[in-house]
Amino acid sequence: MARIGVFICHCGENISATVDVEKVAQEAAKLSGVAFAIDYKYMCSDPGQTQIIEAIKEHKLTGIVVGACSPRMHEATFRKAAEKGGINPYLCEMANLREQVSWVHARSEATTAKAIDIVRMMVQKVKQDSKLFPIKVPVIKTALVIGGGIAGIQAALDIANAGHKVIMVEKAPSIGGHMSQLSETFPTLDCSQCILTPRMVEVAQHPNITLHTFAEVESVSGYVGNFDVQVRLKAKSVDMKLCTGCGSCWQKCPNKKIPDEFNAGLSFRTAIYTPFPQAVPNKPVIDRANCSWFQKGKCGVCKKVCPVGAINYEMEDEIIDIKVGAIVTATGFDIKHTDFFPEYGYGEFKDVIDGLQFERLASASGPTNGEIRRPSDGKIPEKIVFVACAGSRDKAKGIEYCSKICCMYTAKHAMMYKHKNHDGEAYVFYMDVRSAGKNYDEFVRRAVEEDDVQYIRGRVSRIYEKNGKLIVKGVDTLMNAEPIEIEADMVVLATAVVANQDAESVAQKMHISYDKHHFFAEAHPKLRPVETNTAGIMLAGACQTAKDIPDAVSQASAAASKVMGLFSSDEMTREPVVAVVNRMMPPQFTTCTGCLLCMEVCPYHAIEREEILDRRTGEILKVAARVNAGLCQGCGTCVAFCRNKSIDLQGYTNQQMLSEVIALLNKPF
Amino acid sequence: MHKPTNTTHSPSLKKRMEQEIDVIASHCYQCGKCTAGCPLNEDMDIMPNQILRMLQLELPGYEDKLLSSLSIWLCLACDTCYSRCPQEVKLSQVMDFLRQESVRQNKVNPKAKDILKFHQAFLETIEKNGKLNEVWLTLNYKLKTLNLLQDINKAPSMFFKGKLNPIPDRVHNVKEIEKIFNKVRENEGGTKCK
Amino acid sequence: MQIGFYPGCSLEGSSKEYSQSLLAVAEKCGVTLEEIKDWSCCGASAAHSLNHDLSIALPARTLALAENQGMTEVVIPCAACYGRMAASQKAMLEDASVLKKTQGFIDMKFLGNVQLLTVFEFLQKYIFPVADQYIVNKLNQKTACYYGCLLARPKELTKLERPENPMEMEAVMEKAGATPIDWAFKTECCGAGFSMSRTDIVAKLSGRILEDAADRGAESIIVACPMCQSNLDLRRPEIKKQLKKDINIPVLFITQALGLSMGIPAKDLGLENHFVSTGKAVSCIVKKEA
Repeated sequence: MARIGVFICHCGENISATVDVEKVAQEAAKLSGVAFAIDYKYMCSDPGQTQIIEAIKEHKLTGIVVGACSPRMHEATFRKAAEKGGINPYLCEMANLREQVSWVHARSEATTAKAIDIVRMMVQKVKQDSKLFPIKVPVIKTALVIGGGIAGIQAALDIANAGHKVIMVEKAPSIGGHMSQLSETFPTLDCSQCILTPRMVEVAQHPNITLHTFAEVESVSGYVGNFDVQVRLKAKSVDMKLCTGCGSCWQKCPNKKIPDEFNAGLSFRTAIYTPFPQAVPNKPVIDRANCSWFQKGKCGVCKKVCPVGAINYEMEDEIIDIKVGAIVTATGFDIKHTDFFPEYGYGEFKDVIDGLQFERLASASGPTNGEIRRPSDGKIPEKIVFVACAGSRDKAKGIEYCSKICCMYTAKHAMMYKHKNHDGEAYVFYMDVRSAGKNYDEFVRRAVEEDDVQYIRGRVSRIYEKNGKLIVKGVDTLMNAEPIEIEADMVVLATAVVANQDAESVAQKMHISYDKHHFFAEAHPKLRPVETNTAGIMLAGACQTAKDIPDAVSQASAAASKVMGLFSSDEMTREPVVAVVNRMMPPQFTTCTGCLLCMEVCPYHAIEREEILDRRTGEILKVAARVNAGLCQGCGTCVAFCRNKSIDLQGYTNQQMLSEVIALLNKPF
Repeated sequence: MHKPTNTTHSPSLKKRMEQEIDVIASHCYQCGKCTAGCPLNEDMDIMPNQILRMLQLELPGYEDKLLSSLSIWLCLACDTCYSRCPQEVKLSQVMDFLRQESVRQNKVNPKAKDILKFHQAFLETIEKNGKLNEVWLTLNYKLKTLNLLQDINKAPSMFFKGKLNPIPDRVHNVKEIEKIFNKVRENEGGTKCK
Repeated sequence: MQIGFYPGCSLEGSSKEYSQSLLAVAEKCGVTLEEIKDWSCCGASAAHSLNHDLSIALPARTLALAENQGMTEVVIPCAACYGRMAASQKAMLEDASVLKKTQGFIDMKFLGNVQLLTVFEFLQKYIFPVADQYIVNKLNQKTACYYGCLLARPKELTKLERPENPMEMEAVMEKAGATPIDWAFKTECCGAGFSMSRTDIVAKLSGRILEDAADRGAESIIVACPMCQSNLDLRRPEIKKQLKKDINIPVLFITQALGLSMGIPAKDLGLENHFVSTGKAVSCIVKKEA
């Protein structure tokens, strides 16, 4: 005999302002099978939950309905309360009176009537609920970190130091990411590579970390705790075991005119190359698209000069299969380049450069050995103009957001220039200065007060070239909108931070969400910033949104802690809301006819073909479908497609759905 | 000390503008790029971004200042501002609106009288002929401004180059043009083309 | 083939060289331009400055006439006329209430099915495919291609590929055997309609343009807008006074330059009606090698 308890929540005023909650509780009490019904201001609060727990015990309830917010909000909360009260948590259902009633209707009798209808439906459903028990799946305690920049490195080290195995996959020939291209970092002005390279080496040497560089994720399938990942190890054409990193090959490579990505296009590299001297691993790869041997069948010099015979042109891409329990996505960001700006020259003025190019000029290991020189004629500029907000906060250019890091790095660039050229003039055209971190504003004030950087508030309308100089047309809005024209020797555009070009395809491979700018979506903007909506996949670093190094490192450690939480037990419990193909006694075994239409339509590949064999002869008696409870996400697509209703969803059975509809249509008098 | 006024009694200039043309004043975040690129930024009395700022702030006296400014008449509708504005504010349309309001409220800057007279002379010529006759336009403009000797030295060479045609080439159905002008005036409840 | 043609008031008056040279080039290439019958003024700056409704209605009349006369494409060589006609068409097509109101003013129906062509689009579509066989001369000079404002902005209407540094005119000049130079004032304003009411501003703005072209070695300036041509040509004495420099670079319409490369005599292209002598530009021309 059903004894259902109904608990109607006011949700403060969220529900009670629109729905007559007392009436709903009163009507619920009249329903057959309902033994107890109350309303309360905040059902999810401690006293609210206590009421549920005590009511279950006192009235010997066999199931409960909580009329409140969306189950996505608090189903877990109330199921725990039900469990504490002593009944199976899956005998608790929620009637959504907030998102589906009070938030979408105005106060009226019809609105309250709708609320009552929904409660009545859920009471019918819960009467037919059966006890369900969470499914346990083993957790593979290996993490995959995609991306070897500072965020990926931090996450990998944290997870590895906690005793778990980590596989890191990095697309470039070396780890390090954009941080390895920087000269000095704010707000301390310490040398970027000096603080980064020890970490890079630690990753390479860590016993728990397996590093694959020049590799990309090919596909991801599976589910949290049990991901199946295919990684493509691109052919490096160099045998890493034999290569000693001596450098004879790239020193002799005749193909020296390939734009160097590490130096942001300011210099050239060879076809066989290591990206920078401190690369990890410090062994070269061949860029086959630009190699004469691979493109024209000529050359072969590197193979000839290699003292240990490590060059292997026949090497092919290799696809490996790895099984991991969690994935941290740390694929980083890109920036817009100077060709994005029609009013600043379409990228055709050599001395108009972007922020990363400036970093390479300022870097001791860069194309000018750390001297800031004009790319056009190599002269040292006497006047540099820095243009902040180049492309960011610009609806017309499609980038409405603020790129966060540019105010800080512009101040840094201006200071670096002044430190190297005391008599030089540095101007910054800005709209606002966003320097909100620890010691950040003090850093910008240093640029203005100690290093004499001239900050002018106003945006630059146009830059053009005349007689070897760059004419910058700006304005000082603080000085009564005075137009300001500067004849500069060099202009540095603080260009917008954007997602990587392949971010969309990476997100699709991982089945994670992304926004219109192709930044990956966090599960909740405030409360779950390092997880995605796909269980088991975490986010770290600038792939989520523009951020600086302190934030990237924090987020990486946070993502690592989520992974470690996942790995803290050997087994994971999964929701038992899964599909089940019916089974019965022989000779029928199941009503399933083995058409396997469900297998075709399952989006999670969770259904398999099963052969039911005669126990004595091994003869195949019947072919049927079978659901892998570990993979099933409970979407119900198979149930919709099954022609003879042989498959059903636990917790949302066909019978339950039908009885809800009947309850809705048959209003009691 | 300026205090923003509550203009609930009659719609402010900003509100009227936002109703009539496709510009929302609050979109402008005062970056100044328009002023930086405006070819007339050396001659204007109120800079383009300041015009938007005055519309936004709605302080007492600003409406008058805007409508009697020289800037709105100097604007050549070159659209350099609009083409570079990060917030896509159609500043040239704001200028057109302010010009029309300025005439409506009879607040045209004295230094802009010649420019206004030129536009008026132009429209009068169109209304009468359907097309522009440059001789008529010039004569009409000179009469309005009493600037009789301006460019008089160019007249002979222009005549010999065949660029002066005193006989107007009229549109055949010139009455249709007149009707258009009249209908537009009626729609506004009073002549605006003066 | 017959393409509709809207000369506009300037091309009938002080800039008739533009119309003359365009028609000469078209005729040479076997393209017939049909002038819209009984067209009227587009309203230019005066209309949009003084009356918004009028600025949509005046062009609408001519657009409706073109439709009624069965034209599918109309080339509008004058940059300002093109700007006004395209803006009016856009306003009517985007907002049904504007369309209805304007139809009331002009007392004509308007469907919006006429495609408006800038002079570049016209040249690219109809002249380029056949031009090579007619081009017999190389202009053999450094030209500064000057677009002015209305051929470059607003970019939704002018459809240039690179509005801040366009190359459409340069492509025509290269075909004509000239060497277009790289310079910085391609799309800066010349002073537009201030020729009479604020000649000082025209002198200043056009002066900047002329100076940059001269500094970079231009031997002629090529334009496609009658206002720009007039400001740079008729107003040269005022510019010289403003700059305190004696710059005598001639200003040619793009169709005049193209016509010269096709061997059309200078007289037939109206080159003798300029205020700044075009003699030097014409004398640079050499025969194209076979």
